[in-house]
Amino acid sequence: MSGTERSVVLRLDGITKKFGDFAALDGISLDIHDGEFLTVVGPSGSGKTTMIRLLVGMDSPTGGDIYLKGERVNDVPANKRPTCMVFQSLALFPHRTVGQNIEFPLKIRKVPPVERRARAMELIALLHLPAEYYDKNVMQCSGGEQQRVALARALAFDPEILFFDEPLSALDFRLRKMLEKELKDLHRQTGKTFVYITHSLEEAMVMSDRIAIMRVGRIEQIGTPDEIYNAPTNRFVAEFMGEVNLFHVRCAPDGRLEVPEIGVSLACPETVVADVAEATLMVRPEVIRFLGPGEKADCVLEGTVFNEYVLGSRVQYSVRVGGKTLSVERLREDRYTGALDTGVVIGWNARDSRLLGPGS
Amino acid sequence: MRKSLRRAGLLSSLPILALLALVFVAPLLVVLGFSVMPTKTFTLLQWPTLENFGTIVGQTYYKSLLWSLGLSLATVVALLLICYPLAFAMAKVFGVFTNVITVLVVLTLFVSENIRLFGWVLVFMKGGLLSGTLKAWLGLEIGSLLYNVPVTVFGLVYVYFPFMLFPLTLGISMVPDELRHAAADLGASRWTVLREIDLPLAMPGILVGCMLTFVLCTGAMLESKLLGGQKVIVMADEIETAFTYGQNWPLGSALSVVLISLIGMIAVFVLRRIDLDQILGKT
Repeated sequence: MSGTERSVVLRLDGITKKFGDFAALDGISLDIHDGEFLTVVGPSGSGKTTMIRLLVGMDSPTGGDIYLKGERVNDVPANKRPTCMVFQSLALFPHRTVGQNIEFPLKIRKVPPVERRARAMELIALLHLPAEYYDKNVMQCSGGEQQRVALARALAFDPEILFFDEPLSALDFRLRKMLEKELKDLHRQTGKTFVYITHSLEEAMVMSDRIAIMRVGRIEQIGTPDEIYNAPTNRFVAEFMGEVNLFHVRCAPDGRLEVPEIGVSLACPETVVADVAEATLMVRPEVIRFLGPGEKADCVLEGTVFNEYVLGSRVQYSVRVGGKTLSVERLREDRYTGALDTGVVIGWNARDSRLLGPGS
Repeated sequence: MRKSLRRAGLLSSLPILALLALVFVAPLLVVLGFSVMPTKTFTLLQWPTLENFGTIVGQTYYKSLLWSLGLSLATVVALLLICYPLAFAMAKVFGVFTNVITVLVVLTLFVSENIRLFGWVLVFMKGGLLSGTLKAWLGLEIGSLLYNVPVTVFGLVYVYFPFMLFPLTLGISMVPDELRHAAADLGASRWTVLREIDLPLAMPGILVGCMLTFVLCTGAMLESKLLGGQKVIVMADEIETAFTYGQNWPLGSALSVVLISLIGMIAVFVLRRIDLDQILGKT
């Protein structure tokens, strides 16, 4: 989906937001394309919530401009913007039924009651809610059902862009996994632009066309889930993605990489970054293999298996090499069969590892 | 098991029930009893009669009753209009400053109503604080502002202000900000947010404030006496007169019974029309 050129629906141009001396957003520039599913990911304090408040119109930026379809909307209040947000708390109206909640934006636009009801029933069906829920008090719905009502209400508004502020964070794991997929399906069905905020890169991976990774008020990297996964631009992004093995390395004159930490040298991947003396080598757990006698790999390390964690279809191992613990992940069918605390040889191909810039 | 628990509960609540029966229910029953005794008698040991109620219907007590209800209604409306913005600010805007206001308002309750109303008499009387100042500084002659209906309502509004303000503040603080934001985000104007979100969700507080002030106002008489100069006679005043100057306990009791049952009916009517559970989202 990344290849097709689409028109820009929302443009952020050098947005800053300061609270006193503190810059919550520090020069954010970003183009959001029509119909894409963009997820903004960052740890707490990264400024993602501040950003979404500006985009929705609940707050104005200190500097820079926001353009919605080419029009500057910096100071347009939320109720005058053709965008809509699903809140973290969902913000359903507790004194109204499911139907009344969904119809709220239509009622404000003075849509006649018959049409309102018809549209609400359509949305109830689209969100896989039973039709009889129309008259149900919204506070009697379960967490997942309330999610769907909140989504239906936002869709009833028929926004140009739909914003999400971590709406799934309060749900249990299984329900969250299910709703992530449903949300992505809904995105395809409706063709709307979705902008989603979360602290979970995993959640972002499942749903997004593009991911923007934020840290202390700046965007660290923006790209497709594949790009972020395979080619993180720095250590922060790589670590944010979950468990990776990172080595501080020095580029030796012979073109190999020295790892002072464990006193070995490793083959260099093709992705050489400029001419830097020090860098970080990233090796994902799933590219590391256990090497049997006679098997070869570009990079080989000797260590001991400390522990084994069964993850379902995959099995993870912690392998101690020198003073460092590496994470190795294998599919269940070629899991390690030896005993714990015995010596093993592990290795990977240089092209599966990646050299990251010196960044922090 | 459950049965014995219930009995234990009943037993342990017995002392307080007895106390309530003695100091709350018994006097009401005595009033009810006296209301059906022959006029100007002082014992309950007589044949019941409805002559007191006949007297009430025959004379012009309905005027006092209407004044009581009218003044109360006017006071409640005025209080609602004055207190809502302030309560909103106290619940959502002022922050720490809210505590200062709370303390200041509560402090006024430490001074007796009598004295506070006399203070206002000194302000409004001819040559008092207000007219004296205006005359000295601007040469304006406004005379006395006392002894009329508006100043009576002013007195009621002033005295019962805290009883509207605090329930309202509580009610408004129960409305989550996010709901207001969400409604605005869905395109609602400020007025729509007020009508669709704020008012319905703050309704328990609004109702409690209105009921409380209304009931207190119908039982009030100092305002109409001191500030209103008995320009209008309210029901509470009539009751007091019957018990004291009139030495007519049965008539006073009958008037009390009429007032109590009327207010009771209004309270039940209001509380029934509006389902508190539904407002609180618990149906």
